[in-house]
Amino acid sequence: MAAAKPHKVDRRRFLTDSARMAAGCAVAGSLLAYVAREAKALPDQAIRPPGALGEDDFLAACIRCGLCVRDCPYDTLVLADLGQNGPATGTPFFTAREIPCEMCDDIPCVAACPTGALDKSLTDIENAKMGTAVLVDQENCLNFLGLRCDVCYRVCPMIDEAITLEMRHNERSGHHAIFAPTVHADACTGCGICEKKCVLPEAAIKVLPVRLARGAPAEHYRKGWEEKDAKGAPVVEGIIDLPDRLPGPGTDNLAAPGGFEPGLGGVDGSAGGFRPIFQVPGGTGQ
Amino acid sequence: MSATGKVHLPPGQEARRVKGWYGANRYLIWRRSSQVFFLVLFLMGPWFGIWWVKGTLAGSETFRVLPLNDPLILGQMMAAGHWPEATALIGGLIVLVAYALIGGRVYCSWVCPINPVTDAAHWLHDKLGIQKGWQPKRSFRYWLLGTVLVVSTLTGTIAWEVVNPVTMVHRGLIFGMGWVWGMVLAVFVFDLLVARRGWCGHVCPVGAFYSLVGAKSLLRVSALRRGACDDCMDCYAVCPENQVISPALKARGDGSPLILSPNCTNCGRCIDVCSVDVFAFTHRFDHHVETPPKADSQVEPREQTAA
Repeated sequence: MAAAKPHKVDRRRFLTDSARMAAGCAVAGSLLAYVAREAKALPDQAIRPPGALGEDDFLAACIRCGLCVRDCPYDTLVLADLGQNGPATGTPFFTAREIPCEMCDDIPCVAACPTGALDKSLTDIENAKMGTAVLVDQENCLNFLGLRCDVCYRVCPMIDEAITLEMRHNERSGHHAIFAPTVHADACTGCGICEKKCVLPEAAIKVLPVRLARGAPAEHYRKGWEEKDAKGAPVVEGIIDLPDRLPGPGTDNLAAPGGFEPGLGGVDGSAGGFRPIFQVPGGTGQ
Repeated sequence: MSATGKVHLPPGQEARRVKGWYGANRYLIWRRSSQVFFLVLFLMGPWFGIWWVKGTLAGSETFRVLPLNDPLILGQMMAAGHWPEATALIGGLIVLVAYALIGGRVYCSWVCPINPVTDAAHWLHDKLGIQKGWQPKRSFRYWLLGTVLVVSTLTGTIAWEVVNPVTMVHRGLIFGMGWVWGMVLAVFVFDLLVARRGWCGHVCPVGAFYSLVGAKSLLRVSALRRGACDDCMDCYAVCPENQVISPALKARGDGSPLILSPNCTNCGRCIDVCSVDVFAFTHRFDHHVETPPKADSQVEPREQTAA
């Protein structure tokens, strides 16, 4: 009896204590989980270092030691301050408009990372995908206004691959060209030099996280012309080439797609014309 | 004893009279020096451009070859689903082995930058004579440690690092404080007004982790001259984990004089404040007890107190 009594009390006490601890930990754990999940909200202007894992994996791998920051020769990378409305506190990032990534050949930040949060399989900096440049404001871009600024194009470390100038007609002046800076996302590393060097007070070209900068094709989409090239023949066998319909009378003419026949007399005396398909009863057609 | 009013003396005062100011503060001074030393190692780079040590307590690189990594952070990383690269694994292993030998919570008392904050809070707490306040069970920190690992798994993040004041303060001092002063203040106020010795003694899962690492550590404090103890209670007053003392100091018969609780931080403050030098650092296989030459050591300090 004497031995059993304290034993019983011990057990009850153990259970209540454990229940209390478990409840306390459930509360503390929920708060912690909430804060940890909040920390995943990465602001759009914060660009992760080259080779950084996707944001979800990155926060599982980055220990916030700052070794990548220390080995960055251009002081591009910084650690997020606590309370700054920025990336998860203590994690490395850069702001392209302040100091962009200079794309070192030896990628010292990746070499410095002890955990693999910056992936060492990135050995060629030109394969980096820190983000994608997007010409966000065509209305203010000087090149789109018809001027020859070209700065983003000229400073791009991947000139003529990541940014090209696409010539087109300048509708406004009627007799000039527009050299439209055009980003090619597969070549753009997201280094941010174009954004940094944009001459406007607020950059017209910006590096955005890939998730914002890009759409994605549906998985089942196939581009017919690519499939055809790959196969060397039409993808669908026995395809029937139906006549094209163009504006104008009598266009369902296999002999003359579009209905235009050079030999026919035209209405206005031109070199060809269209053969009518339907004869107006009693009439002569055209 | 009766007339001296010795019990009202502040802890350590008697030791100061007997052993002198340095003798009564030796380990405290060394400990503060150690805390400053480890901080300065990390600050030499950003301050003076001497990059012997780079990084933070979470992960560092010394002389470009030696990696050191916090194993608890690596543990959370693995729980979150990322397997660290070899550099971090080696760094974590070195830290684990080192603290397993010298006592896990040596990290708490000799390295951690939050320790001076909570020590200061406790000093003021004593000065102001504030009630001890909320005292969750000492085991709470182990529950919290488990919770941290579970939350890491559930959120896929290194969860404790979003709030951990230890690494935040250290990183703040080296890379820029931001709002970290607010964090320091929060810990200070928590220890001062909410819970005496609250953060380091009851809550911090980092300390809980390191106590497990050092559960079988070689370096231990022993109450080897416990026969000389005059029950002044000074060691209990200064010890941040004073539940660890009694099993060694008040062991019956030939019970081990070693303080074997993994929660002893090996801070050595008990050695400082004991006027009769009951305590000393030794290794965990040294069970020997010194029987004091009776009369002298028991009487002398009291007479000095009375004088």
